Amino acid sequence: MARALNDGLRLALSGDERVLLMGEDVGRAGGVFRISDKLRGEFGEERVIDAPVAESGIVGVAFGMAVAGMRPIVELQFMGFSYPAYDQIISHVSRIRHRSRHRFTAPMVIRIPYGGGIGAAEHHSESMESIYLHIPGLKVVVPSTPVDAKGLLLAAVEDPDPVVFLEPIRSYRSITEVVPGDYYTTPIGEAAVRREGTDVTLISYGAMMRETLGAADVLEGRGISAEVIDLRSLVPLDVDTIVASVIKTGRVAVVHEAPRTGGFGGEIAAIVQEKAFFSLEMPVLRVTGWDSVFPLKRSERLYLPNVAGIAEEVQTRLFEG
Amino acid sequence: MKGSAHVFDQGSLSGDPLSILDQAGRLVAGYEVDGDDLRRLYESMVWIRTYDRKATAMQLQGRLATYSPFFGQEACQIGSVAALADGDWLAGTYRDAGAMWFRGYSWERLFLGRTGDERGGQPAEDVTVMPPSITVGGHMVHAVGLSWAEKMKGSGKIALTMFGEGATSEGDFHEAMNFAGVFHTPTVFFCQNNQYAISAPREIQTASDSIAQKALAYGMVGYLVNGNDVLAVREVTAAAAERARNGDGPSLIEAITYRRGPHTTADDPTKYRTSQEEDLWTERDPLERVRAYLADAGLWDEPWQTELEEAAGVAVETAVGAAEALPKLDAGNFFDAVFENPNPTLSDEKAAAARRLELGEA
Ligand SMILES: Cc1ncc(C[n+]2csc(CCOP(=O)(O)OP(=O)(O)O)c2C)c(N)n1
Repeated sequence: MARALNDGLRLALSGDERVLLMGEDVGRAGGVFRISDKLRGEFGEERVIDAPVAESGIVGVAFGMAVAGMRPIVELQFMGFSYPAYDQIISHVSRIRHRSRHRFTAPMVIRIPYGGGIGAAEHHSESMESIYLHIPGLKVVVPSTPVDAKGLLLAAVEDPDPVVFLEPIRSYRSITEVVPGDYYTTPIGEAAVRREGTDVTLISYGAMMRETLGAADVLEGRGISAEVIDLRSLVPLDVDTIVASVIKTGRVAVVHEAPRTGGFGGEIAAIVQEKAFFSLEMPVLRVTGWDSVFPLKRSERLYLPNVAGIAEEVQTRLFEG
Repeated sequence: MKGSAHVFDQGSLSGDPLSILDQAGRLVAGYEVDGDDLRRLYESMVWIRTYDRKATAMQLQGRLATYSPFFGQEACQIGSVAALADGDWLAGTYRDAGAMWFRGYSWERLFLGRTGDERGGQPAEDVTVMPPSITVGGHMVHAVGLSWAEKMKGSGKIALTMFGEGATSEGDFHEAMNFAGVFHTPTVFFCQNNQYAISAPREIQTASDSIAQKALAYGMVGYLVNGNDVLAVREVTAAAAERARNGDGPSLIEAITYRRGPHTTADDPTKYRTSQEEDLWTERDPLERVRAYLADAGLWDEPWQTELEEAAGVAVETAVGAAEALPKLDAGNFFDAVFENPNPTLSDEKAAAARRLELGEA
């Protein structure tokens, strides 16, 4: 996935001279995850900008650039370090269109690596997407495959509104596939059905797709046919795909590594009961991270949903419950 | 020593940093040195360098999660906190394990945190050291609050906060400096300008001639010091601490130093700096100049060095053993530290997490 993102950034920079990339260590070092590797050499230090250690400044300055006609892409190093920029995002980036009645807009992409499973230090494993998707005026996109990562990134750059682009850290190097070399976009707001099934709908996104698909395999071995939906975009949400699947299966589980309380699973459950209440055979199940601080290395396995755990919960709570 | 409180020409704060021992270990004119005192400072620097080496090596063996070495910054780590008194606060970063240890944070706990165990964040009861701040900048404001509280309590205690030059770009640095200036808090801001914030050279962080200068705009005193000279570092920190204790308000110290190792064990410095530059700073090593001085004065010899390194090695090994021998953090320990009294949601989650772990390990 890292290579696909690098490729996407390169195409975005070469295709539109208003596009620029700014963030801590994105230039000389090519980013702490090497997502912008070599881009400074190719596009120059004026378009691939090493910023001071100042997240609020990075986002606020990029916002000003966007209003004045540029197409900035910013990188915040880890989700746990995005919070100093939160005020800029919630108070300005997301609402300038509304505040100015369309006179000013902020077409910009805020790239944020997120998620656990890499045994990192405190603040480096967080999955706090809820605090972003709760903000009106902000799109929130999460790819789970390299092909989508590139297509969604280019769509985000083209988008007339600000997009928070979440990159699953543990998929950067572990998820690989052949990615088309040309310029293409993947529409924001369309979920993908990764696997068809008839008995239960498993819904997830980002890094958790791997565990969710793994659980579908396990369930298959136990005679349960799972349909798996990759949301790809949390805002806007592809409600139709979810509802169509639930009408077919009658059972739903949402999987995410973010804390349960206030997590996206709750939102999906609400939507499902609003739109497909009479199709439901069982209450909507959430398999999530916990309402504790994200653990350090030694306790990660206590926290992150795993294949066996998802399969067990789905089986016992949706089929035996 | 010359004068107890250096106050630089506050007009520029960008001249030569204060030095007491030069690179060759010669005493700058006008200063005197107490040999035993310098031997103690040297000893502490050897101890923390031993810890730093061990931690780096253990990371490479996969026994620690990422580690951020302070190699090359030992004079800052020791010289700064050597000027503090009992009960003073320290709020530092992921790179300040040396200073934290000097203030009583045990090596066992420091190692534990680095193995990825939350108990590493818990110093002993009588240790007034905050767990290391991993977010850049957040802790400087805390030092203002810690020291202000001490001022309110009339305890005579102060707070020292350590941070890198990169951190001075964060909004929190400016808010902390401003609060401290406005409320005249007994706070010492100690900036280790180690030239790089990961890959970003110091010029990316500020266009001002020095970081010390920034003191002026916040109405406080600034100091510029050679951060590889442990005597000079202690000298200015003692001056700043004395001012704070006497009610003369906060100070900002810029200590010029160099991070000789990588940013963390996951970083590759060859991407952003030259080996010539690294060599230059090898010559300026903070331990070497002290050793040279002591050797000249007949206060250093090989056996003593070996003895120091061996003693430090044993202490470090013992701490590693103790950290690794601690029983694994269980779900109880983990969930029970979120609130004083866990709520019903967390209690349910604790049970579910134990099952998740079991399935995950199966
Ligand atoms: C708020 C925040 N942003 C970004 C990071 C990632 N990060 C960790 S250390 C670092 C560089 C800090 O440099 P400096 O303050 O000079 O301290 P040094 O590491 O050189 O000791 C960065 C950008 C972080 N930890 N916290």
